[in-house]
Amino acid sequence: MELTIDWYIGLSAILFSLGALGVLTRRNAIIVFMSIEMMLNAANLAFVAFARHLGDLDGQVLVFFVITVAAAEVAVGLALIVTIFRSKKSINIDEINLMKG
Amino acid sequence: MGSGSVFIVFILMALVSVSAAVMMLLSKNAVHSALWLVLNFTAIAVLYVVLNAPFIAMVQITVYAGAIMVLFLFVIMLLGAEQLQGISGVHGTERYHRAVAFVLVALLVVGFGVVIFNGGTGGGETAVIDASPVALGLRLFEAYVLPFEVTGILLLAAIIGVAVFTRRKKKEA
Repeated sequence: MELTIDWYIGLSAILFSLGALGVLTRRNAIIVFMSIEMMLNAANLAFVAFARHLGDLDGQVLVFFVITVAAAEVAVGLALIVTIFRSKKSINIDEINLMKG
Repeated sequence: MGSGSVFIVFILMALVSVSAAVMMLLSKNAVHSALWLVLNFTAIAVLYVVLNAPFIAMVQITVYAGAIMVLFLFVIMLLGAEQLQGISGVHGTERYHRAVAFVLVALLVVGFGVVIFNGGTGGGETAVIDASPVALGLRLFEAYVLPFEVTGILLLAAIIGVAVFTRRKKKEA
């Protein structure tokens, strides 16, 4: 079998879908967060695969930026979770409905 | 490496990363989930090496599997949130929500599949380019200086935001 870019994109799509499934089904805010990280990672894999496919470094540079933004996002998100846990004693996202209309 | 061995590496790493992802979703204990996710990230780092992206692979391991996941584990253990609300513990209308989620994800997979197997991406493989850290750094600081600076501002904003969030008010302390 020839290993074309389609295989990588397929794997990326599967990982992204699993991440989306985690966001939609799990109720623990930290697990939801980890699923989001997995979706970002799937996108990164697609970027690197296309960079290889097109013979262009730009895809890899973009992955570099995505990882940086993900690091900042995790820091802020976990700080939010810690703050919510302090006031509500729970990180179940169904119980965090303070801003519900 | 020959193309046959590259294919075997891809299949192995694809199996490892997908099964690690599934185990992450199914684990009751949040610490186990985090460790499965580390395995997932590491398998993808191997694929980055295969895809001629050695620097990204190292960044993936140090920043993602290292720093970010340590932060996750730290918060999980700080909150004592290991056993909170697994995939079970369904009550009432949540069953309905879960069914909708599975249907949406199935549609997502079908959509991706149709795109990939009908059109494909076309075009042959191009020659391997120089993707050493030097080449990547030159590209970053020549073509992408402004985004790089903006990223610095973003990180500064994140630092300030986190400091403000987690600061206890003096009355409480």
